Amino acid sequence: MDTIKLTIDNREVEVPRGTTILKAAEQMGIKIPTLCHFELEGLALENRPGGCRVCVVEVVGRRNLAPACITECMPDMVVKTNSFRALNARRTVLELMLSDHPNDCLQCPKSGKCELQALAADMGIRDIPYKGQQSQYAKEFSPSIVRDANKCIMCRRCESVCHEYQSVGAIGAIERGFPAVVSTAFGKNLTDTNCVLCGQCVAVCPTGALAEVDNTGKILRDIANPNVKTCVQVAPAVRVALGEEFGMPAGSIVTGKIAAALKAIGFDYVFDTDWSADLTIMEEGTEVIGRLKAYLAGDKNVKIPVMTSCCPAWVNFFEKFYPELRDYPSTAKSPQGMFGATVKTYFADKIGVPRKNLVCVSVMPCVAKKYECEREELGVNGDPDVNYSITTRELARLIKICNIDFNSLPDAEFDSPLGESTGAAVIFGATGGVMEAALRTAVEVLTGETLPRIDFEEVRGLDGVREATIPVPGVADLKVAVVYGLKNARMIMEQIKAGECPYHFVEVMACPGGCIDGAGQPYHHGDASIIRARHAAIYEADRRMPLRKSHENPEVQAIYKEFYGEPCSEKSHHLLHTIYFDKKIKFDID
Amino acid sequence: MAVKMHILVCGGTGCSASASHEIVEELNKELVAHDLTDFAKVVVTGCFGFCERGPIVKIIPDNTFYTRVKPSDAKEIIEEHIIKGRKVQRLLYVAPDTKQSVPDSKHMEFYKKQLRIALRNCGFIDPENIEESIARDGYAALGKCLTEMTPEQVVAEIKKSGLRGRGGAGFPTGLKWEIAAKSRPGEQKYVVCNADEGDPGAFMDRSLLEGDPHSILEAMAICGYCIGADKGLIYIRAEYPLAIHRLQVAIQQAEEYGLLGKDILGTGFNFEIELRYGAGAFVCGEETALIHSMEGKRGEPTFKPPFPAQSGYLGKPTNVNNVETYANIPVIINKGADWFASIGTEKSKGTKVFALAGKINNVGLIEVPMGITLREIIYEIGGGIKGGKKFKAVQTGGPSGGCLTEKHLDTPIDYDSLVAAGSMMGSGGMIVMDEDDCMVAIAKFYLGFTVDESCGKCTPCRVGNRRLLEILTKITDGNGTMEDLEELKNLSAVIKDTALCGLGQTSPNPVLSTINNFWDEYVEHVTEKKCRAGQCKALKKYMIDPAKCKGCTACARACPVSAISGTLKNPHVINQLDCIKCGTCVEKCKFGAITVR
Amino acid sequence: MVGPKVKITEDNYLKIKDICASYNNNPGELINVLHKTQGTFGYLPEEVQQVVADCLGIPVGRVYGVVSFYSFFTMKPKGKYAISVCLGTACYVKGAEKILDALKSELKISEGGVTEDGKFSLDVLRCVGACGLAPVMTINGKTYGRLVPEHVKEILAEYAE
Repeated sequence: MDTIKLTIDNREVEVPRGTTILKAAEQMGIKIPTLCHFELEGLALENRPGGCRVCVVEVVGRRNLAPACITECMPDMVVKTNSFRALNARRTVLELMLSDHPNDCLQCPKSGKCELQALAADMGIRDIPYKGQQSQYAKEFSPSIVRDANKCIMCRRCESVCHEYQSVGAIGAIERGFPAVVSTAFGKNLTDTNCVLCGQCVAVCPTGALAEVDNTGKILRDIANPNVKTCVQVAPAVRVALGEEFGMPAGSIVTGKIAAALKAIGFDYVFDTDWSADLTIMEEGTEVIGRLKAYLAGDKNVKIPVMTSCCPAWVNFFEKFYPELRDYPSTAKSPQGMFGATVKTYFADKIGVPRKNLVCVSVMPCVAKKYECEREELGVNGDPDVNYSITTRELARLIKICNIDFNSLPDAEFDSPLGESTGAAVIFGATGGVMEAALRTAVEVLTGETLPRIDFEEVRGLDGVREATIPVPGVADLKVAVVYGLKNARMIMEQIKAGECPYHFVEVMACPGGCIDGAGQPYHHGDASIIRARHAAIYEADRRMPLRKSHENPEVQAIYKEFYGEPCSEKSHHLLHTIYFDKKIKFDID
Repeated sequence: MAVKMHILVCGGTGCSASASHEIVEELNKELVAHDLTDFAKVVVTGCFGFCERGPIVKIIPDNTFYTRVKPSDAKEIIEEHIIKGRKVQRLLYVAPDTKQSVPDSKHMEFYKKQLRIALRNCGFIDPENIEESIARDGYAALGKCLTEMTPEQVVAEIKKSGLRGRGGAGFPTGLKWEIAAKSRPGEQKYVVCNADEGDPGAFMDRSLLEGDPHSILEAMAICGYCIGADKGLIYIRAEYPLAIHRLQVAIQQAEEYGLLGKDILGTGFNFEIELRYGAGAFVCGEETALIHSMEGKRGEPTFKPPFPAQSGYLGKPTNVNNVETYANIPVIINKGADWFASIGTEKSKGTKVFALAGKINNVGLIEVPMGITLREIIYEIGGGIKGGKKFKAVQTGGPSGGCLTEKHLDTPIDYDSLVAAGSMMGSGGMIVMDEDDCMVAIAKFYLGFTVDESCGKCTPCRVGNRRLLEILTKITDGNGTMEDLEELKNLSAVIKDTALCGLGQTSPNPVLSTINNFWDEYVEHVTEKKCRAGQCKALKKYMIDPAKCKGCTACARACPVSAISGTLKNPHVINQLDCIKCGTCVEKCKFGAITVR
Repeated sequence: MVGPKVKITEDNYLKIKDICASYNNNPGELINVLHKTQGTFGYLPEEVQQVVADCLGIPVGRVYGVVSFYSFFTMKPKGKYAISVCLGTACYVKGAEKILDALKSELKISEGGVTEDGKFSLDVLRCVGACGLAPVMTINGKTYGRLVPEHVKEILAEYAE
């Protein structure tokens, strides 16, 4: 390898050509602060505008200071990361940034998690010498995301994610000079734009400029309300991430503690979205099999590929960008939706509580789920199937608010009858998981034989686009693809549009690595090892399960027997499937 | 009968604004009326440079130089000068020092010290007629390059000439071409002309494009030949309609003549040129920002490397030069690098075009050899300070530059001496200031410009310049402290050190250079709340002299904020806290009792 | 449960479509498209930007990001007579601010404003390149040079109807 030698802070280091000063310093244990720089290594997410200038260092012989995040090491370069000149400049730049930043850390949703706050603390900022004009933008609310543009430091991470990663482009820099800020077109509410509410902007925002809508207060009020019963469901990815909020290493599996905490908070019924994930496989899997068989039989009207429909940001995406292709995704509701519909019918009847007196809450790794709850079609006469959703981060706050020492909680079980699940359900939390879970069921159903191996390694991994051919003896070679990041989803949609899509079945997730890096998860601040740890934990949780195929879930089998009849029955069509809408911007021409 | 006389009328933006086209019409009418169309011909040319006295009409071959010509003067010019051979004395230029009228341009101080290389054709040819350009060696250099020289030889010649970029930073042009030529050989490449002249008070590029568009096209084609590009793009301000029009005409004519397009001069070399329009963003003068703008994006600069030569327009190797740089290329090829290198100073070869403006007698466009002194420019070419006032400073390099003062008057001007003096060459704006100009207010003016034009991408420029401006405003409002002055210095230094692009890195220059050269003015504003130039409104103090005040109450009644109190027939007093310094009272007072300090 | 609707007349819709088509609906030509569109409509209101975005296949946020970046583009209609005062350095040192002040008080509007009757709009710009005539202003492209504040009234009177 072509390497070069240079000196950083009086120590010599050898690095491959092309290494930035930041990376070279990092490998020597020198941590140069950064703000705009953001990288999820191995997940193709990167933002390097070199704009914030807090990482400036002195390079001997250079006229001005160099941004370490973007300046490549050169042979014999002499770098000083902590010379007075560099430190003074860095502090001044930070002070400038703070001089146009609201001073309300105590009330800020990012407090304690804010990278700007942490940097100010590390640098010992005690006073901001610059007084002057401050940005005055109104706060803006959508069902999922709160925007406070006054806290925007123009790092552009959100813009990169929104434009390049998701190919949505709802937010970007507007205006120029001092008024320049990242916002929507015409400063509109996110709901009135093409935003799909994936929330990855929130996940990467270093400050409180973008945050999730907080529903913890609603929960406390509903639990205290003697007239309603509360039930809660917890999504798969939450159990491999929540522990981080309590100082546990990334990848800790805290399923039992979550159930215990939710009970301690006071929910009447603590259920598991994993149960409805298994249910989803039954419905979606059946739909896949049906459509596939028709397709293989030569039916020209059937839409292939079938695409998954669990991810609410993905649903928003195809409704807004490809409504003409909305027949491709499965009509199956998401696990959250199936759970809500079942709770508000079957379970409400079972416990004899009218649906309006039953509050269903979900804990999700996601902010788009908040919007999904508000979808009119996912409720009855204005009463939502799932009343509202909170994120993993909100659950952590709720646990703290309720004086619960999470770390010392003994494990508890989920309640029955909507609490039992299989390994196929928990892997919904990672990219490729829905595909694998569906394959575990569909291949067995199609062949009528027990799978020789359960692990479909070929659809696992953390590449943004993965494809595999799954031989189904006697039926066909099933061509499948797994993508995450909506840019990759867009690529599939374009293939379909062009009639060139080679796949039978496609899984789509909006967030990097799937739900494990959902926008509601604990902030990873660009540390991809956290995501890898969660990813590994998901498959570990799968391995630990005694049952690992959805159709073997006894509580799922029971509900078909008791209530739904069979997958894709009329009743399940009514309750477990949905319709999609054309939400593309339209020109009203007269 | 061959045409014996040419009547050149300036068709530059400045003179056009003063109705030069009507003069052309009238002149033509008179020629027709006197049946002289075979004898004399009216030619609309580019800028003569002497904008101060525009509209300009020049008669060739005798070089008679008429100034401030009106359409109604056409008759006299034709009847007296063309027919009878008698110069119209009242229209001749009068030298401000001798008060004598000057018979022709060769005797005008304004032109004596000038050396016109880039501007060689401006004011001599009809820019909308390619034949006039060709008659003055237009496209000869391109022909020579294509038929007699290899691209390497051309690059070597440019390198040898010592030509440096005229856009501001002064990067050696030949070296730039060489890098672009060696970058990713065989791939699509682009030649870009930066004509987004945004420096307020500079109009070199505009005049060049209006006066001699073919030289630019020719040079771009030569550059394309050198670096292996077949496509050129001119990024030009949309606010320059005349320059755009002339470029369009020139491109079309050059294509018709086979001097642009496919298989130029039968050599197999292809080169076409397109126009791209700026949309009002100074930062787009920075080459990476310019490229983004050409790609239909926000004009935000990006970190270099990669340089445009490595990855520019649409990610392809791109060479960006400014208009004036290109204008020098054909002459270097035609006359040789040695000739060019013999002009100028050791490290700055050739000439530089400046737009001379401000408090100077001869406002206009000048081209002078590198190494000329400021004194020569201001007092000889520029004719001295207007109204006999005292010279105070000259700002070069626009908002990115700094001011030069009395002590710099005899410094030879080149890239390096200007930087050493705390300014920079910039694109060539040269604004002269006199004793009535407040240097704190000037620094504030430039900062206001930078704040408006900052792209907002990096923190030091986006927030830092705003804070600098706020501190300067505090000072000119009379609320400044000595700590503020220290903060100005620190903040300026940090912005210079940390900003992302050239605009940001140079934006504090006007502050730093005025602080360096006029520190006592800053201190006066702070400690004495005094603006010696009387420019800072807030520092003005209106006072009523009780000895002169008759107590007529006129001032008190006129004061819009009732800041004047007093009773009839007794001296009045201005309440300084309420006074908004509008000056109404001064106008109303019939006794001269109100003074301004 | 439908997406946002943008109201626009058919005539305008088709005009924009044609402009975009003349640039092959190439997003790289966004700035040229906007120049031409503003040339047609005088300004770039929201619905116009929406159609441009649709034709070029880019998010409207990108269009707006560009429109709000460049000072040449405006989302507000100009007055029938658009006045621009040059605030370039040459004009500034020769008293352009006083011309601007005179216009402001005469028209009773501030920079960027339009008179109530829509007749005049007032903007500043940086250097029209007629520094020899400083201070300078333009009204609908016509240049007025060597101004003093007293000229303002007379010049505006030229536009009396």
